[in-house]
Amino acid sequence: MEALLNLLKQNARESDDTLAKMLNTTADDVHARIAALELSGVIRAYQAVVNTDIIADHNDVCAVIELRIRPEREGGFDRIAQRIGGFPQVVSMFLMSGGYDLLLFVTGRNLQEVAGFVSGILAPIDGVLSTATHFMLKTYKDHGVLMTGEENDQRLTICP
Amino acid sequence: MTNASQSVRDFVAPHVRGLPKSGIRAFFDIVASRKDVISLGIGEPDFPTPWHIRARTIEAIESGATRYTSNLGTPELRQALAAYTERAFHVGYDWKSEIVVTVGVSEAFDIAFRATLSPGDEVLYHEPAFVAYAPLMRTTHAVPVAVATHRADDFRVQVSDLEKKVTPRTRALFLNYPNNPTGAALRRSDVEALTAFAIRHDLLVYTDEVYAELTYEGERVSIAAMPGMKERTIFLNGFSKAWSMTGFRLGYVCAPPALTDAMMKIHQYGMMCASSISQAAGLEALRAGDDDIAGMRDSYRLRRNYIVSSLNAMGLDCFTPPGAFYVFPSITSTGLSSEDFALRLLNEESVACVPGTAFGACGEGHIRCTYATGMESLKKAMERMGAFVTRLRA
Repeated sequence: MEALLNLLKQNARESDDTLAKMLNTTADDVHARIAALELSGVIRAYQAVVNTDIIADHNDVCAVIELRIRPEREGGFDRIAQRIGGFPQVVSMFLMSGGYDLLLFVTGRNLQEVAGFVSGILAPIDGVLSTATHFMLKTYKDHGVLMTGEENDQRLTICP
Repeated sequence: MTNASQSVRDFVAPHVRGLPKSGIRAFFDIVASRKDVISLGIGEPDFPTPWHIRARTIEAIESGATRYTSNLGTPELRQALAAYTERAFHVGYDWKSEIVVTVGVSEAFDIAFRATLSPGDEVLYHEPAFVAYAPLMRTTHAVPVAVATHRADDFRVQVSDLEKKVTPRTRALFLNYPNNPTGAALRRSDVEALTAFAIRHDLLVYTDEVYAELTYEGERVSIAAMPGMKERTIFLNGFSKAWSMTGFRLGYVCAPPALTDAMMKIHQYGMMCASSISQAAGLEALRAGDDDIAGMRDSYRLRRNYIVSSLNAMGLDCFTPPGAFYVFPSITSTGLSSEDFALRLLNEESVACVPGTAFGACGEGHIRCTYATGMESLKKAMERMGAFVTRLRA
């Protein structure tokens, strides 16, 4: 199962037939295994890795927000995390060790929108002790994919 | 003009004049003149050299590792190589007296031949074979004797075939497994039979195991590790294939002290030492490169499965090679010769592969395809080749 997942993580659009040939099995078997992975919740979604920096009319901004929160007596960090994670502006969220508790990736149409989300929605939530917001300037690498300066294949076209 | 070329030609030693140019060369020129070609003709890994190895190389330059090293190679690298050969091949070499670091495995077999072969000595080697072995043997005035391997034996050289070519002048046996161009690998029983054969005829054995890390199935057995073999074996290896370091030109040769001494003399006068920078990179590869190999090996295995199953599906018989990154399918069912098949495939579908005959006469009826190529290119190449084969049969 590990091999199939690794292949899908590299290219989720690979055809069942190609995956089957690589894994020495049948396309039907691959189809069934993927269906089982989806059903059990191991595979949550399929998404494209996009380089938004080179899209002409793309002005969305992304911020990384460090959040310190007060865990609740019942439910610890989970309940407050769930409350924050429900906002569509929050793209990713992780519980962290170290100097803060939650790390959020937040997007908005512009700087003001994200700032407004932080000061107007996040900070006032009961249990949020502090926020620190960092805006992203340029994406070099995302999900293991280099966004700039991809190496050319410098190999000779035929060699022994 | 005629006179000029005549006089230049006269200066060339007769035994060099007789050497063939690599059969791949003519093909390369055609491919180079075209744009949209997908090449399955490349004999080197497509993965970039692992980043930590490149970073260490830059550090090495910055910290001044830009000088001659010991002729044999830096002590640190030789110590690491001794530990590696023990761990990976189960044969122990003394780093002080039994290892020479060379400029690629190519220099390693060159100095091995020059140190051990005399004019008229016959060397048995199996074909299809990498293009450099026989010509380099000839530069020492030795006589390379080709022994054909067959699809029926999965291209594992058979002692019965070797026996037929033994004469009183037979001095050595050359082995290259996992094999370029077939991807074949030897089983323990093969290595045992070859060991008995070498001892029976008192032969020196050269073994080029540069593809050993790219073994996908089965036990990896080196003839150097067999009882009674270390003293008559020259073990050749390099960093190019396992760590995707072809441009670093880094290899090594291991042998008993008397043989190492002899090879060292030629290396010392002809080459001085391998690049100091590359040696630092090689040390990093040995120190922290096991995961790099594992990752690349896993990818190669999956691509191999894909290409073997695609070729068989289009009716080109292809055995599943246990090593290296080549497949060697039979194209006899199309009625074309290897060269015609490769040329027409290139002209009609812009897919480049290498005709089997480039690796010896017994490669006729086969082509070599490399799967050291990304999946997207492999898929396109298989689609185009499938269309080509279908058209041939229509």
